[in-house]
Amino acid sequence: MIEIRNVSKWYGPTQVLKGCSTQVAKGEVVVVCGPSGSGKSTLIKCVNGLEPFTEGTITVDGISVGDPKTDLPKLRARVGMVFQHFELFPHMSVRQNLALAQVRVLGRKADEADARGMSLLDRVGLRAHADKFPGQLSGGQQQRVAIARALAMDPICLLFDEPTSALDPEMIGEVLDVMVELAQEGMTMMCVTHEMGFARKVARRVVFMDHGEIVEDAPAGAFFDAPASDRARTFLARILHH
Amino acid sequence: MGEFDFSVWGPSLPFIRDGLLFTLRLTLIAMTGGIVIGTLLALARLSPIVPLARVAGAYVDLMRSIPLVLVILWFFLIIPYLTGKPVGAEVSAIITFTAFEAAFYCEIMRSGIQSVSRGQVHAAHALGLTQAQAMIHVVLPQALRNMLPVLLTQTIVLFQDTSLVYAIGAKDMLKAADVVGKNYNRPVEMIVLSALIYFAICFSLSLAVRQLQKRVAIVR
Repeated sequence: MIEIRNVSKWYGPTQVLKGCSTQVAKGEVVVVCGPSGSGKSTLIKCVNGLEPFTEGTITVDGISVGDPKTDLPKLRARVGMVFQHFELFPHMSVRQNLALAQVRVLGRKADEADARGMSLLDRVGLRAHADKFPGQLSGGQQQRVAIARALAMDPICLLFDEPTSALDPEMIGEVLDVMVELAQEGMTMMCVTHEMGFARKVARRVVFMDHGEIVEDAPAGAFFDAPASDRARTFLARILHH
Repeated sequence: MGEFDFSVWGPSLPFIRDGLLFTLRLTLIAMTGGIVIGTLLALARLSPIVPLARVAGAYVDLMRSIPLVLVILWFFLIIPYLTGKPVGAEVSAIITFTAFEAAFYCEIMRSGIQSVSRGQVHAAHALGLTQAQAMIHVVLPQALRNMLPVLLTQTIVLFQDTSLVYAIGAKDMLKAADVVGKNYNRPVEMIVLSALIYFAICFSLSLAVRQLQKRVAIVR
């Protein structure tokens, strides 16, 4: 579904991605982790072309992201993304947030889009909040709305960029619950996250990044029980033992 | 000069009213046109197409570097050249103020657009919205809301600045007060009256801006 081959990226003279290669098969959940500044957020933003990359190729469902001839908006409409800071549109109600792209991008009728949005709000347990504005919701609720907004486009895969990093600890669970459910239903997911509990539970593989390179790309079990590199061992020790 | 005689205010009111109506019309048209053109200029200035950004930038810098009175006079002299026929002082004033204020609204809208975070643009793009759709549905509405108090404050300044059309003899409120003052030989009383009206309108508009600011503020 997602194929990343030898992707490198420079910001001026600084190289932020160094020959990254990995893939996410249909129905697979892959967790990307690593210390901050390791390039994991940059890599995931390359997958839907939010960040351009300098070298290499990325294909999503066989479509090349870096190809200038690719209709990026059309491709992105099929790839859902959830952000660290939710990025709901603050000037629109929850309902409108869910409907906007369905109507403008997919060309759905307003009532059809609204019905789809409401059923997804139901699913994330927020139907009662449909007419509120994002600012009136807690962080956890906003992130669940953001997931519903991505799902409303009926995406072929979902990208998560540190979806719980900006949340208070007591709200992390409600967001992870939704993500676990999606994973168990067979959604193809690429998740940048430090939630190792989530990774153990649903990830098939873990990709560990450091200084812009993919240091390890291993089945989740193997990664946690016997990380191959010193860097991954140090990282795991740091985030698991406190 | 002797005693003040404010009895001149009564008979002056019909003239003042007509002048005020023109002043208000000029303000409203220049505000609407100025915000629309100013937004387009702001988009041009932020555009990756360098020549477009340069031209828009040059226009804005030019307008902001010349005293308004001179712009008013210049347009009054130049517009008949461009259109090939004389236009009245009123039409000339409307065109001038729209063009001049656009430069100021442009800078306000530009900072408004830049005040919307990259994350919002990313989110819009990630949903499949095109550059234009993201601008129209996500960035501009937030830019307008963020900048509303500044836009309205600029409009109050614009309302006061319209008094400068006296330079080309357009019949705004100040001109009406001036004419009546001369006819009745009571210039001071009439200047006091127009000052009071300007003050009353501007002050209540300022209060209104403050109220509006509270109402439309985005809850974050």
